[in-house]
Amino acid sequence: MSRSSAPVATRPAARTRPRAGIGADAARPDGVPKVRGEFAFSSDLWMDGMLWGRTLRSPHVSARIVAVDPSPALAIPGVRAVVTAADVPGRPTYGLEEPDQPVFASEVVRYHGEPIAAVAADHPETARAGVRAIEVVYEPLEPVVDAERALRAPPLHPDGNLFRHLVIRHGDLDATGDVVVEGTYEVGMQDQAFMGPESGLAVPADDGGVDLYVATQWLHVDRDQIAASLGLPAERVRLHLAGVGGAFGGREDVSLQIHLCLLALGTGRPVKMVYSRDESFFGHVHRHPAKMWFRHHATRGGDLVKVEARIVLDGGAYLSSSNAVISNAACFAPGPYKVPNALIDAYAVRTNNPPCGAMRGFGSVQVCYGHEAQMDKLAAALGMDPVELRLHNALERFDRLVTGQVLTGTVPVRECIRAAMAHPLPPAPSLLDPPMARPGGAGLSADHADVRRGVGIAVSLKNVGYSEGFDDYATARVRLEAGVGGEPVATVVAATAEVGQGFVTIAQQIVREELGVADVLLAPAGTTDIGSAGSSSASRQTWMSGGAIQLACVAIRRQLIARAAASWGCSHASVEWDAGEAVHEGTGERRGLAALLADGAVEAEHEHHHRPTVPLDADGQGDAHLSVMVAAHRAVVDVDPGLGLVKVVQVTTGQDVGHALNPTQVTGQIEGGIAQGVGLAVMEEIVLDEGRVKNPSFTDYLVPTTLDMPAVAATFVEEPEPDAPYGAKGVGEPPVISSGPAVLAAIRDATGLALTRAPVRPEDIALAGQST
Amino acid sequence: MGEVEPGADVRVALPRTVNGAVDAMTATPDAQYLAGGTDFCVEVNFGLRRPPAVVCLRRVAELRRAEVTPTEVVIGAGTTYADMGTGSLADALPALAAAARTVGSPQIRNAGTIGGNVATASPAGDTLPLLTALDARVRVLGPGAEREMGIDELVTGVKRTALEPQELVISIRVPRLDGPQQFLKVGTRNAMVIAIASAAVVLDLEARRVRAAFGSVGPVPVRPRQAEDELSDAIDWGRLSASEAAIERFGELAAQACSPITDHRSTAAYRRRAVEVVAARGLRRCLRDVA
Ligand SMILES: Cc1cc2nc3c(=O)[nH]c(=O)nc-3n(C[C@H](O)[C@H](O)[C@H](O)COP(=O)(O)OP(=O)(O)OC[C@H]3O[C@@H](n4cnc5c(N)ncnc54)[C@H](O)[C@@H]3O)c2cc1C
Repeated sequence: MSRSSAPVATRPAARTRPRAGIGADAARPDGVPKVRGEFAFSSDLWMDGMLWGRTLRSPHVSARIVAVDPSPALAIPGVRAVVTAADVPGRPTYGLEEPDQPVFASEVVRYHGEPIAAVAADHPETARAGVRAIEVVYEPLEPVVDAERALRAPPLHPDGNLFRHLVIRHGDLDATGDVVVEGTYEVGMQDQAFMGPESGLAVPADDGGVDLYVATQWLHVDRDQIAASLGLPAERVRLHLAGVGGAFGGREDVSLQIHLCLLALGTGRPVKMVYSRDESFFGHVHRHPAKMWFRHHATRGGDLVKVEARIVLDGGAYLSSSNAVISNAACFAPGPYKVPNALIDAYAVRTNNPPCGAMRGFGSVQVCYGHEAQMDKLAAALGMDPVELRLHNALERFDRLVTGQVLTGTVPVRECIRAAMAHPLPPAPSLLDPPMARPGGAGLSADHADVRRGVGIAVSLKNVGYSEGFDDYATARVRLEAGVGGEPVATVVAATAEVGQGFVTIAQQIVREELGVADVLLAPAGTTDIGSAGSSSASRQTWMSGGAIQLACVAIRRQLIARAAASWGCSHASVEWDAGEAVHEGTGERRGLAALLADGAVEAEHEHHHRPTVPLDADGQGDAHLSVMVAAHRAVVDVDPGLGLVKVVQVTTGQDVGHALNPTQVTGQIEGGIAQGVGLAVMEEIVLDEGRVKNPSFTDYLVPTTLDMPAVAATFVEEPEPDAPYGAKGVGEPPVISSGPAVLAAIRDATGLALTRAPVRPEDIALAGQST
Repeated sequence: MGEVEPGADVRVALPRTVNGAVDAMTATPDAQYLAGGTDFCVEVNFGLRRPPAVVCLRRVAELRRAEVTPTEVVIGAGTTYADMGTGSLADALPALAAAARTVGSPQIRNAGTIGGNVATASPAGDTLPLLTALDARVRVLGPGAEREMGIDELVTGVKRTALEPQELVISIRVPRLDGPQQFLKVGTRNAMVIAIASAAVVLDLEARRVRAAFGSVGPVPVRPRQAEDELSDAIDWGRLSASEAAIERFGELAAQACSPITDHRSTAAYRRRAVEVVAARGLRRCLRDVA
């Protein structure tokens, strides 16, 4: 196995491009089955003789558990097992960063919906009856649901209520500007709202271990947490990726994994679990709600002088990835601008609200609502055009972040802004518009005269990959051999979770590009046969698993060249690789894959580490990030101020993609991300009442429909990233970050209202200035 | 109410006539009617109902019949939203068609029925405002007896009706009035959304009356009688116009007639404002349509 942390060269200038290689609009291998309904998602798992699992969850937000009595459930015919905290043989807790979350609550309940027990039964309805029959005596406690209050409240957990306090001190903290603008902003709790609910199938094995088929984002880190709680060595817990119906960060944490394995090991039978839609809202972490204060200083000429910010993220009851989310929120609080001086005071706090963790955009989303509203405010105070102000202060290559890190990669902020602005504006609203196209849509609540048009812009910055010294890596193995008919076939083995992002397509494209082989198979992803791929998150898999595959291919090519050189009796140096063939530099003789593989298969494995990063120091300084991605969005909205309803008409974007390895897939990420960004801007929110989730359903947790989706026009800004395989940056997260803030800016433009909170609710517009 | 054992079979009756449906219901004490299933099955999924037997209404041809006469429209209880949204039914009752087109998604509109909407009696039921504004009458068949009642008598509270457990809604009779009618629905999403507030506004040119009703702003559809009275007097029926002040007054009185609540979908204050706005807009549109 080779191992490298060296930068990977960008694409070799191949003379003949294999079909569907890098840069091509290759079709997804799982596309047709998904469209035809033939793709097996994790909820489709089935095994003869399997039992059905179900989870008992706390109806209380905060309570002491006085007693749990499973015996009435066990008395029900068909109930095969009940497991509680008392049945966890290993570590009683789990967690991505620190194991602070109980597998089952035993003494205290810290959030609405926290698991107390799990039941396995012959039939899903019997399992449901079993769950209802378990007797739990609770002593309800007063919940702490306000993050500021939690900072002063008695500890809700032995680890205390402060997850992380991070201060960034940069430059001259006493610096002031001629013009100062200040504002407070709030972002509600967004849900990942993936369509495929949590589901899995655990099968007990003869060696006392367990095989778990599950939809997840990171197989190996799940495995390690499961094994710890089961008290089993990691190799006896074998994870296999089942079809994943979306993730967006919501599958990074363990949900039903340990429960399922406990039930399977306890009953000696396969056990399947599928969360219902409402349970899914309790079963995974959400996006952190944020309360933020910003003060921006600038010269009269519009140079940013200083950014001050106080950011409080509500992490809910357990840590999850709060420490990393707050780090991103702090590091990217100023946005993609040159800021010589900064003081950023950031807190992630434990409360009795539902746990929050990873979601697409990871900390950058919340602060973008703040810094972009501030830039507009500043432009107004300076009498400057908001686009001009952004261009004027845009970060450039070799500038510093407020962490002191010099940006050595590409930072095309101006290019992204100009690209977003260059798209034509849509036609003005007209009497002749189809009535359904107006705000209110199918409800036909607005007439032409009720509609106001607005335009807004927002720009964002986020890191690719993991930060602060985490030794992130991905492993992949590629095998090249002659197929049944003699034609070359490549097989890729990687534990990379395909969560919809299209990694499976990119993996094939890379192998085709590097080896010139048309047929590329992907082995099922699992933990048994290969090392970790890391998480399918942080926009990192093309860079990390893609890089591992690329380098494994390079190693295979080296072996093939060695074979050719041996057969020609020449040195390796005099053999070149061209269009999937070895070429003798002297004689021009060529040797194709079929001939080279006659001696048997060639295989190589590679563990790819990226350039190391370092933790932030006591002043929040350090080269903590691998690389950054920029996106700019311009939104055009029609608002009905009377009813406070919004129709997002168009979103245009310029996105810094490095190199679009598959333009169709990049477009898919951009359109999907904009849908999610628009959702947070105008409708998506988990509504809490004293910690209680009020809308755990798709009836009441609203995500955009096709009538809510704006027209999208996208420009890829392609400046290859020096460090990245093929120069490609991540593309998954940027579309969701500044699209929502652009929509808010556009609504402000249409209404003249301050609108400091996302999502904007109809009453925030229709009843503005009125106490409600 | 009886509940089925986990995993036990649910008995299913597939009657072809209305009498057959009532007989099947009478023969099986804990059975429930099943039409499009768009409310029923949601409640099953949430574990809120588990009847041991269902009487399916899909095959009862009489329930799917709709008839447009010069004086009234008779809509079979099994008429779907898709049926109401187009054709002669839509021509005769354009505001009901507009309401039908706001319901759910195409799948829901192909399955969901007006009978189910009426029998569910949700405050957010989108057919109810227009039926209420027009004083629709509901024909109901019980064991041995048929009766008819006003929609306002049938809907008695939040998801509560005057229907006896075995009674079957056969049809809804809606009077045909000469004059325009409008339906407006307010929701936080542009499609597939439960109404935060809705309004049906109708002009009866012959009787020189304004009629209106609002959804999602009270336990049952709200009829703003005072607003109707004042505006009926304020309209210049000869020129079919009203002053902007009168129209706004209509909105204000409409809002006053409502008793909205604050919940996770919206606030009482917003719902009141929304009614004020859509009542006035609906009225303006009616006057514009007819002018
Ligand atoms: C995704 C979704 C979106 C929705 N959107 C909307 C919306 O926008 N607006 C809206 O108003 N509703 C909406 N609904 C609710 C639902 O579609 C309507 O209330 C529908 O009209 C119910 O009719 P059904 O035929 O499906 O009734 P069912 O679900 O079959 O039955 C509902 C109830 O009525 C009883 N019943 C049915 N027919 C009769 C009869 N003839 N006599 C006596 N009792 C009867 C049943 O026993 C049951 O109690 C939505 C539902 C879903 C699932």
